[in-house]
Amino acid sequence: MNSIQIDSPRPMGGRKISVASRVWNTPSLLVGGLMFAVLIGLAVFIPFISPYQPSEQNLSAFLQHPSAEHWLGTDQLGRDLFTRLIYAARTDLKIMVLAEIIPFCTGVFLGMLAGYYGKWLNTLISLLTDTLIAFPFYLIVIIVAFASGAGERGIYITFMLVGWIVFARVVKGLSASFREQEWVASAQTLGLPGVRIILRHLLPNVLPQAIVVLMTDMIGLLVAIVTLGYLGIGITPPTPDWGTMIADGRSFITTAWWLSAVPGLAVVYTGIALSLVGDGLADLWRKK
Amino acid sequence: MAANTVLQVEALSLAAKSKKLVENVSFSLGKGESLGLVGESGSGKSLTLRAILGLLPRGIEQTGGVIKSDVSSAMVFQDPRGALDPLCPVVAQVAEVIYYRQKASRKASRIQALELLEMLGLPDSLKKSDRYPSQLSGGQCQRIVIAMALACKPGILLCDEPTTALDVTVQRQIIETITSLQRELGFAMVFVTHNLAIAASLCPKLCVMKEGQIVEHDDTLRLLQNPTNPYTRMLLDSVLPLPELEGSEQ
Repeated sequence: MNSIQIDSPRPMGGRKISVASRVWNTPSLLVGGLMFAVLIGLAVFIPFISPYQPSEQNLSAFLQHPSAEHWLGTDQLGRDLFTRLIYAARTDLKIMVLAEIIPFCTGVFLGMLAGYYGKWLNTLISLLTDTLIAFPFYLIVIIVAFASGAGERGIYITFMLVGWIVFARVVKGLSASFREQEWVASAQTLGLPGVRIILRHLLPNVLPQAIVVLMTDMIGLLVAIVTLGYLGIGITPPTPDWGTMIADGRSFITTAWWLSAVPGLAVVYTGIALSLVGDGLADLWRKK
Repeated sequence: MAANTVLQVEALSLAAKSKKLVENVSFSLGKGESLGLVGESGSGKSLTLRAILGLLPRGIEQTGGVIKSDVSSAMVFQDPRGALDPLCPVVAQVAEVIYYRQKASRKASRIQALELLEMLGLPDSLKKSDRYPSQLSGGQCQRIVIAMALACKPGILLCDEPTTALDVTVQRQIIETITSLQRELGFAMVFVTHNLAIAASLCPKLCVMKEGQIVEHDDTLRLLQNPTNPYTRMLLDSVLPLPELEGSEQ
């Protein structure tokens, strides 16, 4: 018997489809990615697009309607609404991304540990997550934001404390189910150290799902940032932020409704973009 | 334990809660020997194998007996795809086992892994580009799983129905691969299967299991010619003979 033989006539690598073509066949990812890219592009290049400064007041031109000069009109202090809107995107998106990094890493890591090793760690994390989930989320946010003072810092601290729970829950469940699969058992009996199994084998398998959850969670975080801004315990003026913009426009809702509506729509737009990206990524990984 | 014995199972009993799954199972295995465990699904043969490896599923416990073994063992699983990390390239998976078990350098591990894969008859193209399990056929995956088991340099190879999930033609190739490797490397083997024909062709000794107990344990030839237990008789009768067609195997 010769030793070089191929078991089946199927050519090796026959199922491999290029990443680009898979992305191309996932419309939600494409549309969502494009929407998000437009927003990021605007936020990055706004100093070159707009001749105005976000806090530049012009009291003689207040509450103007949209025009060629002011694309979305001006607010009660004569500041250009479009410029402010995009500068606010800078603030809010930056906080959104930065505030997710630590909770995401901790959540995924703790979730893997709890799912893989189980026992007391599993019990502890289940207990913590159940308690915190039973607690109204915004109540925690408001308490911590008050305690640590308004502004960016409060948001970061709040999310470091409660943000990881979502990821820990999802990843814990996934890890526990992977643990029951034969390849994990096989790796254990073959003598691979637990740390290695977790980092090299478990992590890549739970990451796709965790990233999909991350996209959804970022939407929630963005809404929270905006809500805090609206309540006056988030970003503090004069830093542009969608929440404070909505709050500021409230007094003019009958005469200049767009002052509040436009930043609100910006939140909706970002939310749709992120949720399309999340859906698209989930589709993409399922197809594989 | 006799000098030549690598594995001794004495009065092994396994149970889930109060339900007895394996009862009073005993057998021993000498260096380089092969033993076939045959029986229907649920007869406890796979569980016995897992107990030897120390890999009992959650909720199942050893309630009695001892397993003595002074050599390492490694397992070949029933479903080769399930036994490989779907998101890790296969050569890397084999090399990883060598790296941790034989304390070789990363580079040396990879070279050894490739040698092992060549020995197992995997295509040379793997040397150029590593592939994911989903890009290989079932038989190729099973060869990778065998390579990973052999990378531990086991004294005992535990095979848990390694051919059941494969095409019939591939089954034979895998069995030929295992026998030739055994001749070359001299490991002992416990081969679990429900296919009496495969077990008989591989192993000089057979244990027939039913409902968690060994009902017959004898040399293969004697057992085939002269089965004393009615269940063995039934298993033997269930092997379908090929119709009289010369050369039909080709």
